[in-house]
Amino acid sequence: MNKTLLISLLVLLLTFSANAGTDGENNLSKNKPTQIKDCFEGLNRSTFALNQGLDKVILKPVAKAYRTLPSPVRTGTSNVLVNLSSLITIPNNILQGQLITAGVNTGRFIINTTVGILGIFDVAEKIGFSEYEKEDYGQTLAVWGVGPGCYIVLPVLGPSTIRDTAGSFINVMGGDPYYNVSAHGNNQYLDRSDYMLTKTITAIDFRSKTIDSFDNLEKNSLDFYASVKSLYLQDRQRKIANTKKNATIEILYEGEWEEIETQ
Amino acid sequence: MISKKKFIFISFIIFTLSSISNSHSIEPDVFVQSTVNRASKVLSDNLTKDQKIEELKSIAEETVDIDGIGMYTLGAYRKTLNDDQKREYKILFNQYFLKTFSSRLAEYSNPEIQVNSKEKLNKNYTMVSSVLIATEQRPEININWRIYTKNPDDPKIRDLVIEGLSLARTQKEEFSSIIQSNDENIDALFDNLKKFIK
Repeated sequence: MNKTLLISLLVLLLTFSANAGTDGENNLSKNKPTQIKDCFEGLNRSTFALNQGLDKVILKPVAKAYRTLPSPVRTGTSNVLVNLSSLITIPNNILQGQLITAGVNTGRFIINTTVGILGIFDVAEKIGFSEYEKEDYGQTLAVWGVGPGCYIVLPVLGPSTIRDTAGSFINVMGGDPYYNVSAHGNNQYLDRSDYMLTKTITAIDFRSKTIDSFDNLEKNSLDFYASVKSLYLQDRQRKIANTKKNATIEILYEGEWEEIETQ
Repeated sequence: MISKKKFIFISFIIFTLSSISNSHSIEPDVFVQSTVNRASKVLSDNLTKDQKIEELKSIAEETVDIDGIGMYTLGAYRKTLNDDQKREYKILFNQYFLKTFSSRLAEYSNPEIQVNSKEKLNKNYTMVSSVLIATEQRPEININWRIYTKNPDDPKIRDLVIEGLSLARTQKEEFSSIIQSNDENIDALFDNLKKFIK
C-alpha cells in the first residue's frame, strides 16, 4: 500500500517536471537557477521560517556540540557517511553512463569498507583514487532530460525541486541498497532506526561544517530566503554538470556580464 | 627614402616603447595572489577587528570593481533606473558591499590561499582558480576569481565563485527577489540597502 502511494506520488512529481524535459534545451541552461520558478513562494517562505526555527532550537545546538568532538572522531564519522553514500552514487554513475567512474567508486567502496574499517579511514584517497563526487537520482533524472520543475522547501529537509524530491523518493523505493538492507533486510544487525540514525548524523555532520558560513550569510543577507534558494539551485546545477573545479558553468553567464559593458 | 640604419633605429624605438607600455600589464593570477597575500597579512597582523576591517576595505576599493558588480547585481532592473537613481544606487551599493565584504573576511584568522591556474574566458574576463587550504574546522575550498581584464594594466575582481557558487549571482537573485516581492518597486531595494548600511 505504502509503495503504491509512493509510486503514484513519484509519477505525479515527474509529470510536473517533465514539461521542461522535452524541449531539447541544453541541460546546463535548463538548470539555470533563474529559469526555475518559485511557484509556491508564500508556502515556501513559511516552511523556510519553520525550518529556521527548528534549526535554531535543535539542529544548530546539536551541530555545535558535535563540533566539540575531537577532529579524528568527526573525520572518521564523516568518512563512514561518505562511504555509505557510494551505495547511491554507484548505481547513479551507471544510470548516467559513467561506467569507468562507477568502477572506480566500487573499488573505493570495497577498499574503504574492508581495509578502511567500515569506511572510517579513506584509504582509497591515500593510495591515489580520484576525488569522489556524490551522485543521486535527482541528478540522474536531470541528466536524462527531466526538468527541475518548481523550487520547493520541504519541512525539515529544506530546499529542493520537484525533480529532486522525486529523486529522493527513489531512494526509499529500492534505489538505496543501505535502506533496503536496513529496512527490509530481515537481518539481526540493521533495522529502519539505524537508517534514520545515519540520516540524522549526516544532517548534523553537514550542519557542523556550515555553521560559520551560514551564520555569515544570514548576517549579510537582505533576503536570506532568496540567498539560500540561489545557492541551493546553483549547487544543484553544478552537481548535475559535474563541474566542481572548472569554469564551464561560468561560460553560460558571459552574456549577463557583457551586458554591463554597454550600460 | 629611409636608410636601412634609420629603419632599424625606428623599429628599435617602437619595440622599446611597446615593451614599456606592456611592462605594466599584470597577469590575472599574479594579481589574485598578490591581493590574497595583502589580505592575509592584514588578517594575521596584530590589529583590532575594526582596524582589520578598515584595511580590508581599502584593499577592496583598490582591487574590486564595486561599481561593475553593483550594475551586474541589478540585472534587467538597471535599464529602468534614471540617472539620479543610478547615482544613488552606486553610493548605496558601494557602502553595502564594503560592509558585507569586510565583515565576511574579518572572521577568518589567517586564510591560506594557493593560486593554481587561470583560464581566459574572453578578452574581458579571465577565471583564476585557487584553493583555500583546509584547516581542522573545515575542508579545502575551491575558489574561482572572475577577473575583469579589459584594462590589463589594472585588473579588477568582479566575482568570487566558491565551490561553484557565485557570490555575484547570489546577490543578483537576492536583489531581484526583494524588488519582485515589492511589486517591482526599486525603492524597496534602496530602503533595504539603507537599513542594512545604518
